[in-house]
Amino acid sequence: MDTQHPQNQQDPAHPDAARPVLEGPDIARVLTRIAHEIVERAKGADDVVLLGIPTRGVFLAERLAVKLEGITGRKTPVGSLDITMYRDDLRMKPARALGRTEIPGEGVDGRLVVLVDDVLFSGRTIRAALDALGDIGRPRAVQLAVLVDRGHRELPIRADYVGKNLPTSLRETVKVQLAEEDGRDAVLLGVQQTAPAGEQ
Amino acid sequence: MMRHLISAADLTRDDAVLILDTTEEMARVSDRPIKKLPALRGRTICNLFFEDSTRTRISFEAAEKRLSADVINFAAKGSSVSKGESLKDTAQTLEAMGVDAVVIRHSASGAPYRLATSGWIDAPVINAGDGTHQHPTQALLDAFTMRRRLVGEDALGQDLTGKRITLVGDVLHSRVARSNVDLLHTLGADVTLVAPPTLLPVGVEHWTCDVSYDLDAVLLKSDAVMMLRVQRERMNAAFFPTEREYSRRYGLDGERMAKMPEHGIVMHPGPMVRGMEITAEVADSDRCTVVEQVANGVHTRMAVLYLLLGGNEPAVSHARPTDSENK
Repeated sequence: MDTQHPQNQQDPAHPDAARPVLEGPDIARVLTRIAHEIVERAKGADDVVLLGIPTRGVFLAERLAVKLEGITGRKTPVGSLDITMYRDDLRMKPARALGRTEIPGEGVDGRLVVLVDDVLFSGRTIRAALDALGDIGRPRAVQLAVLVDRGHRELPIRADYVGKNLPTSLRETVKVQLAEEDGRDAVLLGVQQTAPAGEQ
Repeated sequence: MMRHLISAADLTRDDAVLILDTTEEMARVSDRPIKKLPALRGRTICNLFFEDSTRTRISFEAAEKRLSADVINFAAKGSSVSKGESLKDTAQTLEAMGVDAVVIRHSASGAPYRLATSGWIDAPVINAGDGTHQHPTQALLDAFTMRRRLVGEDALGQDLTGKRITLVGDVLHSRVARSNVDLLHTLGADVTLVAPPTLLPVGVEHWTCDVSYDLDAVLLKSDAVMMLRVQRERMNAAFFPTEREYSRRYGLDGERMAKMPEHGIVMHPGPMVRGMEITAEVADSDRCTVVEQVANGVHTRMAVLYLLLGGNEPAVSHARPTDSENK
C-alpha cells in the first residue's frame, strides 16, 4: 500500500495518478449480478455461507448477504476468515497483526462456502484461505467471489464470480475503496513507480 | 515491539494492546475443532527452566505446539547444569543447535536480561519468570483476563483506563506483583498494593501505584482484587507473626468478598494456598478467575510468541494486515 512505500512519490488516490474503473453505482450493480449468479449456481443458495477475507472482503460479503436476502427472502450466514497465519510470506516480513475470524453459528461443515475478497491477483491469499478453511471444517464445496480480477496468477486458482475482469500490468496498482472503510466506493487503477513485483 | 520480552515495563501501551488484541484472536482458535495454527511451523523453541514450574512450562509448551513450533524442554535438574555448566555454555549449546527462541525461567533476577544482551545467543528471549524481578507473560494474561471481564469480550483496541485493581499479599517476593504494577499502569489502570509493611519492598513508594495496609477500605472500590501467594520458599525470616494473623488481616474470605462492587472479580496467579491467602469459598466462587487465567495464559503466550517470531522481525504496533499485498 502507499503507506508502506514512503519513497513512492505518487499517491494512487490522487486523481492524476489513479483513475476510477468502477464507482459506487457500478459496484452495487456488479454485487447484485454476483448475488444472482450465486443463487443460480447454488440452485437457491439454501446452504450458502459467505466468508469475507478481511478487511474489505468482509464488507463485500456483508453487502452480498443483504442482496441474497433480497432475492431469496432468507438470511444468508456471513462471517470473516483471517488468513494472516496461513500466508506463505509470513516470515519474509515483520509479524502482522491478526484480523478477525468469525464463523457463523451454523458452521461450514457440509455447506457451500463462498469466499469473498476485493481483488484477485497472485492467488496466494486464496490458497491461504483454503488452508485456513480446512482447519475450521469441511465444506461441501468452496467457491470464490471477487470484485476485481486483475490477472497475474501465480497459482492454479480462478474465481467463480468476478465483478470486473481488469487486465493490468504489474506496474499498475488496483486499489479498492469501500464506504465502510474508506468513505466512498471505488476501484482505482493507478501506476506504481517503485514497489516490487508481487504487490500491487 | 522489541525483540525480546524481558520485562512488562518495556512494553508500550500500543504494544500491550496489540498483544491483548492478538490474544483475543488466539482465544478463538481454542474454540475450534482443530486448535492449531501454522504460524511457527519449522521454528524450534527451547523452554529453558532452571527453576521448577509445571504450570508456566506446560502453558508455554501448549502455546508453542498450537502454533506448530518444535519444542525442546530443558530442565536444569538432571542436566549438565547440575554438573556445573554455566548459563553461557548452555546458551551457546542452544545457539549451535539452531534454536529460534528461548523461553527462560531462572531463580536469579536478571538471568533472562543477561541471556538477551550478552551476545551468547542470537535468538529472541522470553522471560518466564526470573527471581523476584519479572514475569511479563503472567502480567499480560492477568491484564487480558481483566479486560475480558471488566471491559467485555469485544474490547479490541481498548486498555484498562479507570479500572481500579488491588494486589494483596507478599509483594516483596512477588515478580507477579512487579510485572502487574508496571503493565497495569501502562494500560491506564489505578493500582493499589495492600500488604503488611514487612512484605513490601524498599523503594515501593517510587512504584507507579498506591500502597495501603487496610484491605477492607480498598476492597470497597476495587474492580479486581489479585491475591498473591505467600511464598514460603523464599522466606528466610519471620515476616508476619502467624499464618492466622496474616489470614485475618490480608486473607480473602466470603464475607470480605461481599464488600466488593458487584462486578468485581477475584484473581490469583496460582498455585493457591487455600485457607491462607484465600478461602475455598472464594476460590470456588464464580467471581474467581483462576481457571480462566490458566486458559488465557496459553492464549497470551501464543500471542507473544507469534508477535515475536511470526515474521522476520517482531510486530510493530501499527501492523494491521493490508488488503493490497500479494492477493
